Amino acid sequence: MVDDLYQELILDHSKRPRNCHPMEGANRKAEGYNPLCGDKLKLYLKVEDGVVRDASFEGSGCAISTASASLMTESLKGKTREEAIKLLDKFHDLLTTDTPAAKDLGKLVVFCGVRDYPARVKCATLAWHTLRSALEGVDTPVTTE
Amino acid sequence: MSALVSTIQAGFDVEKVRGDFPVLKQKVHGKPLVYLDNAATSQKPLAVIEAIRKFYEVDCANIHRGVHELSQRSTAAYEQTRVKVKQFLNARTKNELIFVRGTTEGINLVASSWGRKCVKSGDEIVVSGMEHHSNIVPWQILCEEKGAKLRVIPIDDRGELLMEEYEKLLGPRTRMVAVAHVSNALGTVNPVREIVEMAHKAGALALIDGAQAAPHMKVDVQALDADFYAFSGHKLFGPTGVGVLYGKSKLLNAMPPYQGGGDMIRTVTFEKTTYNDLPYKFEAGTPNIAGGIGLGAAVDYVNRIGLDKIGAYEHELLAYGTEALSQIGGLRLIGTARQKAAVLSFVMEGIHPHDIGTVLDRMGIAVRTGHHCAQPVMDRFGVPATTRASLAFYNTTAEIDALAAGLTKVKEMFA
Repeated sequence: MVDDLYQELILDHSKRPRNCHPMEGANRKAEGYNPLCGDKLKLYLKVEDGVVRDASFEGSGCAISTASASLMTESLKGKTREEAIKLLDKFHDLLTTDTPAAKDLGKLVVFCGVRDYPARVKCATLAWHTLRSALEGVDTPVTTE
Repeated sequence: MSALVSTIQAGFDVEKVRGDFPVLKQKVHGKPLVYLDNAATSQKPLAVIEAIRKFYEVDCANIHRGVHELSQRSTAAYEQTRVKVKQFLNARTKNELIFVRGTTEGINLVASSWGRKCVKSGDEIVVSGMEHHSNIVPWQILCEEKGAKLRVIPIDDRGELLMEEYEKLLGPRTRMVAVAHVSNALGTVNPVREIVEMAHKAGALALIDGAQAAPHMKVDVQALDADFYAFSGHKLFGPTGVGVLYGKSKLLNAMPPYQGGGDMIRTVTFEKTTYNDLPYKFEAGTPNIAGGIGLGAAVDYVNRIGLDKIGAYEHELLAYGTEALSQIGGLRLIGTARQKAAVLSFVMEGIHPHDIGTVLDRMGIAVRTGHHCAQPVMDRFGVPATTRASLAFYNTTAEIDALAAGLTKVKEMFA
């Protein structure tokens, strides 16, 4: 059923995305682009002493990519750079492998349904690809291709 | 609406036609398949599948060179397609028809062969704002190489070409006008006869991208007076990997070869090679023989049904679909040209096309979502992507109803 993909939490975050605004004083920024569907995303981070103090995003995308960016920015706050990278890897595994979801993914497990929709995996990972380039300080826009 | 339904059903036995397409009989995600992605590729009738099967089962051999029976059979079958396409497009001779991989390769052939010889620094190539990337990028590559300029005919809010702007773009440096007969993203049917005539008046050539026209309407290259016309087999209910480039003999004869290799030569020595006659000069290497034979079967099939009947039925289906979709609040059609063919491209307020596509897919409905390889069109209408339902003569009003019902469900989910 398509409801396995579009769970309530995902619909909620796609209709009312959290942290969806540009950020003054961000010291890490990156842009993501999915050329297949034209989705664009800008990610803003405030990183102090190796800890993500604040995270926000703006852009246009589908329900999956918007909810993913919204939930990602929520889960990043307070995480160290290393913890954020670890979360990113676990999230990627959740979408692309059959291994059971890591316990500390929290709310992000709602995206497990995406696994059954291969064409939509890139929608869910766009924000996270962008996160990697923001943390690694890459200036050129990252694409999902 | 019921009056319209009866008119549609009276003129055309769609259920009988559907029986010719095995793929349509299946269920997808437990629902009957509703295939509305015909502008991307069309489905294949049994006649085409059987022709390909027969080639591999009975006649498989390379063409043009063998003296043995199988080679002669396969050559005859393959070349027979050229004769069929000659009649299909009303070309003067079969030698004006070059087999290519598809429309994309046809356009690349002209841009590469004609373009390298005839385009110089400061020359201009005119395309339109509704072109598929395949009728933009080959010309961009050529312009970059030659220092030539690419000029673009703008389109209006309905998705029609601004002909007065086109006229202004034409000048003494215009060498080529390359325009789609029918837009894949908008469905607009362009006034190609007029476009060609204006190009000629300016001393330029005209290439028509017929990928979206050939499956839906009768094309007469002599009446259009097009210098080049390209179409793809797979959108014409034939196999993938084969298409046709039509070109006027006089132009093709003056053009250098596109690729070198076997079959395109007359004699080869290390000092000098002489080239074969048309059309073989442009057909290096072993072609897609099975594909060519399948294309012949597809042309026969379309002729049997009749493009007049196909056009009339699809026209009514498009009207029915336009009406059904405009009942859905928040839905905006992208592409509302007065002359339109078989395409319903649209956006829904606050709902991304990919979400629409996924929900419809789970209801067994196949549509295309994205930029449809026409990013400049998306930019023109200020949308990142659209959802596109594209029709063929085997689609039904019931399938349109299923689409409309699906979209209503989409709205409920995401509103």
